[in-house]
Amino acid sequence: MELLMSVLVGVLFMVGTYLILTKSILRVVLGLILMSHGAHLLLLTMARLKTGAPPLLGEDALSYTDPLPQALILTAIVISFGVTAFLLVLAYRTYKEHQTDNLDQLRGSADE
Amino acid sequence: MNNLVIVPILLPFIIGVVLIFFSKHRTVQHVISAVAVTMLLAVSIYLAYVVYHEGIQTLELGNWPAPFGIVLVADLFAAMMVILCAIVGFVCLFFAFKTIHPDREKFYFYPFYFFLLTGVNGAFLTGDLFNLFVFFEVMLIASYILIVFGGTKYQLRESFKYVAINIFSSILFIVGIAYLYGVTGTLNMAHIAERVAEADQQGILNVIAIVLLLVFAIKGALFPLYFWLPRSYFGPPAAIAALFGGLLTKVGIYAIIRTFTLIFTHDPAFTHNIILALAGATMFFGVLGAVSQFDFKRILSYHIISQVGYMVMGLGIYTPLALAGAIYYIAHHIIVKAALFLFAGATQKVTGTTDLHKMGGLLKTHPWLGWLFLVAALSLAGIPPLSGFFSKFALILAGLEEGRWFIVFVSLVVGLLTLFSMMKIFMYAFWREQKHSEEQARTRVSGLLWPIAPLIVLTIGLGLGAEPIFRFSLEVAEQILDPTVYIRAVLGQ
Repeated sequence: MELLMSVLVGVLFMVGTYLILTKSILRVVLGLILMSHGAHLLLLTMARLKTGAPPLLGEDALSYTDPLPQALILTAIVISFGVTAFLLVLAYRTYKEHQTDNLDQLRGSADE
Repeated sequence: MNNLVIVPILLPFIIGVVLIFFSKHRTVQHVISAVAVTMLLAVSIYLAYVVYHEGIQTLELGNWPAPFGIVLVADLFAAMMVILCAIVGFVCLFFAFKTIHPDREKFYFYPFYFFLLTGVNGAFLTGDLFNLFVFFEVMLIASYILIVFGGTKYQLRESFKYVAINIFSSILFIVGIAYLYGVTGTLNMAHIAERVAEADQQGILNVIAIVLLLVFAIKGALFPLYFWLPRSYFGPPAAIAALFGGLLTKVGIYAIIRTFTLIFTHDPAFTHNIILALAGATMFFGVLGAVSQFDFKRILSYHIISQVGYMVMGLGIYTPLALAGAIYYIAHHIIVKAALFLFAGATQKVTGTTDLHKMGGLLKTHPWLGWLFLVAALSLAGIPPLSGFFSKFALILAGLEEGRWFIVFVSLVVGLLTLFSMMKIFMYAFWREQKHSEEQARTRVSGLLWPIAPLIVLTIGLGLGAEPIFRFSLEVAEQILDPTVYIRAVLGQ
C-alpha cells in the first residue's frame, strides 16, 4: 500500500510540475493545487499506513494507528484551501486587469 | 512554563481581530494600533529581560508535555528577533499613518498588518517544526494581501508570481516535514535534534537538510532563488516595503540558523560548506544587481539579497565569533534596511518618483532628509562608527581565523560595491541640480522623519555601544551553538 501511495504522490508531483511550467495562469493554479495534494499524501504515507485500533485509552489492541499525521494533514489542508481560494481570486483579478491569462505577456517591464 | 512567551503572538492577533470591526473608523484604528504596537514593544523587551536573567523560557500549550504537544520556546536568539520585529512594526506603523492612502486603510490594512506580526513572532517563538510551517503560512497569507494592497496593475502581476513561488516553497516545506517525520517520528525540534544525534542515517538526513534549506532559501532569498524579491518588493507602498524588507526574509534566515544549529549539525563539512558557497554567491550576485539598477527602491531590494548573504556566511563559517557576527548583522540589517525603505518612501512623497534619473537636489530643499539618509547609507555600507562596520568586522575576522580566504575576499568586494551603490543614490537623489518643482520643494517631510529617527539613533547606538552589544551577540551565539541547553530547556531532563 505504501508503495502504491508513493507512486501516486510521484504522479501528482509530476502532473503538478508540468502544469506549473505551462503559460496559462489557471493551469499554474491547478498545478499548485495538485502538488499540495501530493505533499499531503506524502505526509500521510511517510508515517506508514498501519492498520490498528484508534489510539484511545481502553482500546486493547496489538497495534495503534498514529493520529499525528492526520492532525497535521487536516491543518495543512485547511491552510492550502485558504491559500488556494486567495490565489484563485488573485488570478482572476490579474486576468481582469491585464486582459490576458498568458504568463508570457505578464512578464517584462513595459509599464514600470 | 511561562505564559509570557505567548503574549507577543496573542497580542497582535487579538488586536488584528478587534481592528476588523473598526475598519471604517480611521481615528479609532490609529489609536488602537498605536497603543497595541507600543504594548508589543514593551512586552517583547520584558520577555528578553526575563530570558536573559532566568534562562530559556518555554510554554507547553494545553499543558501537554513537551514531545507530544506544541511548545513555544523563547531563547536569547528568539527573544532578540521578537524585539527587532516589534521595533520595525512600531516605526512602520507610524510611517503608515502618514503615508497610506485612507482608501487603502478602509480595506483592512491594519488587521493584516497585525496578522503579519503575529505570524513573524510565532515563527520566531515556536519550538515545533510543523507549527513553524503554520506560522509561516499565517505570515505569508498576510504578506500576500499586503503586497497586492491597492491592486495596481504592476502589483497584481508581480504578486501573482510572489504568491505562486511561496506556495510552491510551502509545499516543499510539507515534503521536508514528511520526510523528517518518517525518519525521526517526531516534530518537536528539540526532540528531533535528540533523535537525529542518535540515528546514523547520514544520507537521508542530508537530503532532508537540503530540502529544508531549499524551502528557507526561497523564503530568505538566497542565491539562486532570489529572483522574485526585487520585483515584488517594488510594488507596495513604502511602509509595507519597509516592513517586508526588514522582516520577511529574516524569518527565512532565522529558520535556517535555527535548523542548522539545532538539528542538522551532524555533517557540517557537507551542509555548512554548501551554505557558505551559497552565501558567497548570494552576496556577490545581489550586489551586482544593486549596482546595475537606477531606481531607489530597486537598489534597496537588491541590497536585501546581498546582505542576506552576510548573515548566512556567519552560519557557514560556524564558529561562535562568526555566528555572533551574523546575529549582530541581523540586528543591524533589520534596523537599517527598514530605515532606508522609509527614506525611499519619504523621497517619493517629495519628488513623486523613485527613478534616480528624475531626482536631484533634495539636499538643498530637505537637508534633514539628506543627512539622515547619509547616516543610514554609510551604516549599510559599513563605515566605522556605525553598526554595519562592527558586524562585518566580526564576520571577516572569523573568516580569517578559519582560513576561509575566498569568502572574506568576496565579502570585502561586496562591501565596496555596496558603498558605491549607496553613494550613487546619494549623489543622484540628493546632490546635482534640483529636478523637482518649487511646489514639491515645499512638501513638509518632518512628519515622515519622526518615525525614521529612532532607527537612525539605534544604528548609531549599535555602533557606538558595539562592545556590550557584541558581548550579547556572543552569548546568543554560544547558546545556539550548544543545542543541549535548548534540548534540556524544552524536554526538561
